[in-house]
Amino acid sequence: MKDFILPPLNDRDMGTPTKQGAPITLTIDGFAVTVPEGTSVMRAAAEAGLQIPKLCASDNLEAFGSCRLCVVEIEGRRGTPASCTTPVVEGMVVRTQTQHIKKIRKGVMELYISDHPLDCLTCAANNDCELQDMAGMVGLRDVRYIAPANAPLANHFMRQNTSGEANPQWLPKDETNPYFTYDPAKCIVCSRCVRACEEVQGTFALTIEGRGFDSRVSFGAKTDTALASDCVSCGACVQACPTGTLQENSVIELGTPERAVVTTCAYCGVGCSFKAELNGDELVRMVPYKNGKANRGHSCVKGRFAYGYANHKDRILNPMIRDQITDPWREVSWTEAMEFTATRLRALQAKYGQKSIGVITSSRCTNEETYLVQKLARAVFGNNNTDTCARVCHSPTGYGLGQTFGTSAGTQDFDSVEHTDVVIVIGANPTDGHPVFASRLKKRMRKGAKLIVIDPRRIDLVKSAHIKAAHHLPLRPGTNVAVVTALSHVIVTEGLMDEAFIRDRCDWDEFQDYAAFVSDLRHSPEATALLTGVDANELRAAARLFATGGNGAIYYGLGVTEHSQGSTTVMAIANLAMLTGNIGRNGVGVNPLRGQNNVQGSCDMGSFPHELPGYRHVKFPEVRKIYEDAWGITIDPEPGLRIPNMLDAAVDGTFKGLYCQGEDILQSDPDTKHVAAGLAAMECVIVHDLFLNETANYAHVFLPGSSFLEKDGTFTNAERRINRVRKVMAPKNGYGDWEVTQLLANAMNGNWTYTHPSQIMDEIAATTPSFAGVNYDMLDAKGSVQWPCNDDNPDGTPLMHVDGFVRGKGRFIVTEYIATDEKTGPRFPLLLTTGRILSQYNVGAQTRRTDNVIWHDQDLLEIHPHDAEVRGVKDGDYIKLASRSGETTLRATITDRVSPGVVYTTFHHPDTQANVITTDFTDWATNCPEYKVTAVQVSPSNGPTEWQTDYNTQAEQSRRILPAAE
Amino acid sequence: MSPEKMVYMTNQIATYFKTQADPDRAGKIADHLSDFWEPRMLEKLYAHVDSGGAGMDPLVVEAAQRVRRAKAA
Repeated sequence: MKDFILPPLNDRDMGTPTKQGAPITLTIDGFAVTVPEGTSVMRAAAEAGLQIPKLCASDNLEAFGSCRLCVVEIEGRRGTPASCTTPVVEGMVVRTQTQHIKKIRKGVMELYISDHPLDCLTCAANNDCELQDMAGMVGLRDVRYIAPANAPLANHFMRQNTSGEANPQWLPKDETNPYFTYDPAKCIVCSRCVRACEEVQGTFALTIEGRGFDSRVSFGAKTDTALASDCVSCGACVQACPTGTLQENSVIELGTPERAVVTTCAYCGVGCSFKAELNGDELVRMVPYKNGKANRGHSCVKGRFAYGYANHKDRILNPMIRDQITDPWREVSWTEAMEFTATRLRALQAKYGQKSIGVITSSRCTNEETYLVQKLARAVFGNNNTDTCARVCHSPTGYGLGQTFGTSAGTQDFDSVEHTDVVIVIGANPTDGHPVFASRLKKRMRKGAKLIVIDPRRIDLVKSAHIKAAHHLPLRPGTNVAVVTALSHVIVTEGLMDEAFIRDRCDWDEFQDYAAFVSDLRHSPEATALLTGVDANELRAAARLFATGGNGAIYYGLGVTEHSQGSTTVMAIANLAMLTGNIGRNGVGVNPLRGQNNVQGSCDMGSFPHELPGYRHVKFPEVRKIYEDAWGITIDPEPGLRIPNMLDAAVDGTFKGLYCQGEDILQSDPDTKHVAAGLAAMECVIVHDLFLNETANYAHVFLPGSSFLEKDGTFTNAERRINRVRKVMAPKNGYGDWEVTQLLANAMNGNWTYTHPSQIMDEIAATTPSFAGVNYDMLDAKGSVQWPCNDDNPDGTPLMHVDGFVRGKGRFIVTEYIATDEKTGPRFPLLLTTGRILSQYNVGAQTRRTDNVIWHDQDLLEIHPHDAEVRGVKDGDYIKLASRSGETTLRATITDRVSPGVVYTTFHHPDTQANVITTDFTDWATNCPEYKVTAVQVSPSNGPTEWQTDYNTQAEQSRRILPAAE
Repeated sequence: MSPEKMVYMTNQIATYFKTQADPDRAGKIADHLSDFWEPRMLEKLYAHVDSGGAGMDPLVVEAAQRVRRAKAA
């Protein structure tokens, strides 16, 4: 096996942000250095390899100039300017270490230290403290400020003075946040935390209270604690703090880490890079990596703090089997588990046919693991029965963008948002679902970019601290096509389209047809207002803004795709982007925000039943031949079953066995009763996961999984960026997930011989043109790369469709609104829509097993005060939520975030069973479920429904594990 | 898959293609079915068409026959 060298961690703090500008040359301490205009003297020195002492500066924050430690002398200038706030000038001559400066710095440090506890050896920040480092660097040897005998020196760190009197300046620690502690006694009031909360995160939860010696960092009002405040626990303040004032609780408990490995977060599709910091194999903390190109050094509460699930007591570490799902589980060896599984699967194929079994690949596992699972289906099972959770989220993106642009890929990188002038966010809630992207968007908005939100709910982006959307179009769930088509109607009928772009880049004849269609009065905002509930004037204004406001970018999520017309809405979005010429350069584009960490990758890797890796249909013999030659087998030219089809076929009795890796279809897929019936009808369900998830209630084999910390591999994020996942500790269950799949393949005579995931990537590169240039050495050298990466694009492809669309000419497609058949009526008069909350992720399997439950311990139903009042529902009441599919109970929260007639909930908790309510309607093209529209009724309730009680009883029975044999 | 569900799904596909200006809508539906439907689903579709195609859009019936002919070829 090859040893991989981790990339050198070049993440030195340069003091102030990087700038763009004409080159300026200056001399610092006799060294000539050339930097862009606008750069600070501090950064110029850092570029030359000289570190100027600093406390309040950090290169992810604008210079502040408060600590006075970074003073320098500049020839021809009076005094000692702060190097962080002084821009470079051509020919400038700077001295950073004169006697005069050194004396000033020592004096500054002496003052700081006089009001700081000297408990360094027992401080959690010991050896990780910039105050300590600076005291050392300036050579501070003595603090002369001593209290006189009877008049104690005013300070912030002593609880009592020497006479035992309480110190009014001393404040107790704030330990309310589960992940970090605020200890005011150690604060030097550098304002880095406050500025990080504003500039990086954009939440403005922190402030400086008081003036002069009374200045204190405060979480909003004086009475607020960290937990009660607006703080979203992103960790930016903790990272910014140069002392132990804001400190991770894990560091307080475990000590400072000694080694760091760069890896990729396993939560949402933003794909943030982190440094996993450890001692031995004990993970101490996760710190966002500033060279990570998706996150640029920022993080959210999930990636930064919510990794404790990997050590949760619920995690299963040994394989288990059982004959019937009514039996208790029996722990067995890996060998026995594999023999049992292989025998059962082969027997099913012998009895019910080659196509009677299949796989579901995981969007949480690595590309390499996903590739192997679909290979298991195609090469070992001998069929195309492979699907992935993208079926239930972004499959319409694949279809819609494929039809219009020629590829399902998102068109931009995340950096692109820095060049955007007008953003449309439709059917997405980035502050909760994709928080790090939301922070980057909010930063751009504070610099003047305009925002149009199209969402039934008033999401946080509509209005929060220092940002406000120009337009919010609160449409009725299910009317996306009508609204987006109406936007195009306004643009075409008012002549605001980019005709030059359309003539140059798109099929002009098809545009003519489209223009005729969309110009019809029935698509006008006035004509559709009754249907969509959107104010026509507001919609017209939004359309004009998007067409004329400069670089226009569209970001969308599952509120677009998870509808009967999901694919049609994606095409409508693509039309809108082409119409306005917003494709093929920085700051524009169509950007699907992917839900899970590797949902992009799982689609790329051939998880869909009709496509081999790289989105190539199985019907093409030349594509099949590549794999037939590589794998030495024959590939079925017919598409396999999609997840809903597998369940239908199971109920019909023709689909009998399923290997489900890292996916919990019983909780996440719609119409739970149908999913349960399908699973119950199968004779061999294999669940490969960290926990006994809900699907495992119907499983015969449980194969323990490994966490993202325990294996090598790659994840591909929403911007097509292939990021390395690095093994920082041995798998607690004994095997990485790729090894488990290989064990199963070999138990079924697959003869696989991979010894490292890099070999799997080499196979992917050899067989998939868009990955041809990808290998681990290259990823280690470059950090990450966006596919396509091949001979034509050796450094990858940050922007798609730059000189032409992948399909040639962009194709406008007529997007007629067709109402979903899921309609409100007397029995079910409200529309339910679903979504995510910041602290929880997907079905909650990971986040529910962390301290994140402090923010969201149950799913709540949001209901408008009017709808609540007529039903006699009060805030916090237990209510029954019923649809034609089923009913469940949960607590209500009354809010005007939702419009009258619309209710909303999350699906993070299995006991809520929100998917008992959702129906079996699906997108016409891809069978993506219509999660976002369900007609429901809400009524007061006393407690769990019969279904919930029965479900919990079954789940409890099913989770029994026999004690290991003596 | 119940016949009702299959009829519903196929009619959904037909409804979309009927909104398109394409001169050969049945052909487009046939391509879609051929590209995304697994053989046992197609078998059920053929069986339903053979038994009269109750509730099914005539375009779907035509498309199903075309897919059947193409796959048999």
